[in-house]
Amino acid sequence: MSAPFATSLNGDRGFPRWGGFKFAVVRLELRRQLRNRRTVIFTVAFPIFFFLIFGLNKVYASERVGQGNVSAFIMISMALYGAILSTSNGGATVSVERLSGWSRQLRITPLQPGAYIAVKMATSLVLGLVAIVAVYVVAMFTHKPSMPFALWIATGATIWIGSLLFAAYGLFIGYLLPSENVGQLIGFSLMLFSFGGGLFIPLSQFSHPLRVMASYTPLYGLNQLVHYPLVQGSFNWGWLANLVAWLIIFTVGAIWRFRKDTARV
Amino acid sequence: MSSATSPGSLKTSPPAIELIELRKSFGTVQAVRDINLRIESGEVVAFLGPNGAGKTSTIDMVLGLSVPTRGEVRVFGRDPLDAVRRGLVSAVMQTGGLLKDLTVAETVAYTGLLFESARPANEVMERAGLTSVADRLVGKCSGGEQQRLRFAMALLPDPQLLLLDEPTQGMDVEGRRSFWSAIRRDADAGRTIVFATHYLEEADAYADRVVLIREGEIVADGTAAEVKALASGRTVRATYPDANEAALAALPGVDHVDVHGPSVMIHCSDSDAVARHLLTHTTARDLEITARGLEDAFVALTGTRSRSANDEREAITP
Repeated sequence: MSAPFATSLNGDRGFPRWGGFKFAVVRLELRRQLRNRRTVIFTVAFPIFFFLIFGLNKVYASERVGQGNVSAFIMISMALYGAILSTSNGGATVSVERLSGWSRQLRITPLQPGAYIAVKMATSLVLGLVAIVAVYVVAMFTHKPSMPFALWIATGATIWIGSLLFAAYGLFIGYLLPSENVGQLIGFSLMLFSFGGGLFIPLSQFSHPLRVMASYTPLYGLNQLVHYPLVQGSFNWGWLANLVAWLIIFTVGAIWRFRKDTARV
Repeated sequence: MSSATSPGSLKTSPPAIELIELRKSFGTVQAVRDINLRIESGEVVAFLGPNGAGKTSTIDMVLGLSVPTRGEVRVFGRDPLDAVRRGLVSAVMQTGGLLKDLTVAETVAYTGLLFESARPANEVMERAGLTSVADRLVGKCSGGEQQRLRFAMALLPDPQLLLLDEPTQGMDVEGRRSFWSAIRRDADAGRTIVFATHYLEEADAYADRVVLIREGEIVADGTAAEVKALASGRTVRATYPDANEAALAALPGVDHVDVHGPSVMIHCSDSDAVARHLLTHTTARDLEITARGLEDAFVALTGTRSRSANDEREAITP
C-alpha cells in the first residue's frame, strides 16, 4: 500500500453540490465550441455580414421607426438571428455527445442529468450573448443605427433572455436526432423560422394567408417582442402567447427525449 | 499481487462487489442468468468469457448504467448509483466516450471537475503515460492513447473499485503491453480491479482470481492457477467393454468419465496413474493418452476458441 495514491477504504465520501454543475465546466464547453470555426462563422460572422448588407442600405436605413430608425430595427433582427443560431447550436451539441458515447461516459461520473442540461443552457447563453454583443458593437461603429441608449440595453437583454427558447429547441432536436448533421438541420430550420418570424422580410409584404400562417411559427412572437421597445405602439398579447406556446412545446419535447435518453433499462 | 489487502484482513468492510441472484433479460434473451458473486476489496479479478457471455451486461449493472431484471447489485454495500456519485467506482469502457474536439488535458480537466474531489490532472496523466500528448486533440490520438486517456479519467476520483471492459480490444502488442503495465502499477496501490476479457493470457497474467462466464452463467471461479489446472489435464481413452464408471471416477485425479459403448474416455490430471491402473487391474486395452491443452479447456468451459490459447498451448502441453 505504499503507493502515491492513498486509497481510503472507508466509503464516507460526499458528492458534489449542484449535481456537479461548475462554471469551470461551462468554460471548457465554451472553449470547445469556439474551437469549431464553422460554428463561429455561422453564429457570429453571418449575422454581422447580414447587418452590413441590409442595415446600412442608403435607401431606407435612416427612415424613422418608433423610437429609432430602420438600421436599428435590422440590427435587432440580426442580433436575434445570431443569438438563436448560437443557443440552438449549443443545445444541439448533445447530439454529437450521444453519438460519441460522451453522455454515457458522463453517467459514470457524479454529474447529474439536470446539471448537465444546466451546463448546456449556460454555455448556450454565453454563446448567444457573444453573438448579440458582436452585432451590436459592429453596428455601433457604423454609426448608422439610431435609438436611445436605454433601448440598446433593453432590446439586447430581451433578445438574450428570449434566445433561451432556442436553447430548448436545440436540446430537443439534439436528443431527437442522433446525427452529426444535426447542425445543418438546425441552420435550415432556423432560416425558415426567420422568414416566418419576419426577420428577413417584413411580414407586411406577405400575402394574407401566408401572414396568418407565419404568425404561428416559433420566431414570430419573439421577433415582435424584441422589437417592441423600439417600435412601441399597441401591444399584442398574441405575441406572448406564441412565445409561451412554443416554449412549452420545445421544453416538453426536450424533457421527453432527455428522459428517454437517460432512462436506465 | 496485492497481498497487503488480502480479503481476510478486511472482513469488517463490505465486499467491493456483491451480486445476488442477478439476472438481466433483453426480451426473451437472458444475458445474465442468476449470478451470485462476491468480490472482496483489494482483489484483482478477471471476467473471462467469449463475446456475448454477459460480461458487459454485468459490468453495466455494477456501474448503474442499467437496472437488473431481477436480483441485486451492491457496490461497497451501496446502491451502484450512490457509489458512482461518491466516486467509489469508475470504469474504462470498451469504446467511445470521448470528445474529439477536446485535448487530452482538457478531457482530464473536464472529468476531474465533475467529482467532489479529484486527483490532480497532471498526476493521473503521468500515471497513464499521457504527459507527452497532453495538448493533443483527442481525435488525433491513437487507439492506445485514447484507451490510456479513459484509464486516466477513471483514476481521477481515486476509486476503490476500477472496472475495465475489454480494455485492450483492438490495441496492438505494444499498446497492450504499456496499457497493462500502467494498470499493474496501479493495482499495487491496493485498488480492487475487475476486468472483462476474452484473452486467456490476460486473465492469467494479471488476475489473482478468474471468473469464467459463459452464456450468462459462471462456469468456473478460482485462482488463475486453479483455472489453468482445469485446463492442463489429459484424456485417457481405452477399449473396456465392462467398465465400472463409478469405480473409474473414484480414482485419484479423475475429473470425469465418459462411456461410449465399449470405449471409455477418462479426463484426469494424472494420466500415468490411470493408465497404470487400467493396464494392471482391469481388462482395458488399446490405450491412448492425449493432452487436453488450454485451448480445449477454454472451449469446453466457454464454448469458444481463444486467439491466445494457441500461443500458450506450446508452453503447457508437453
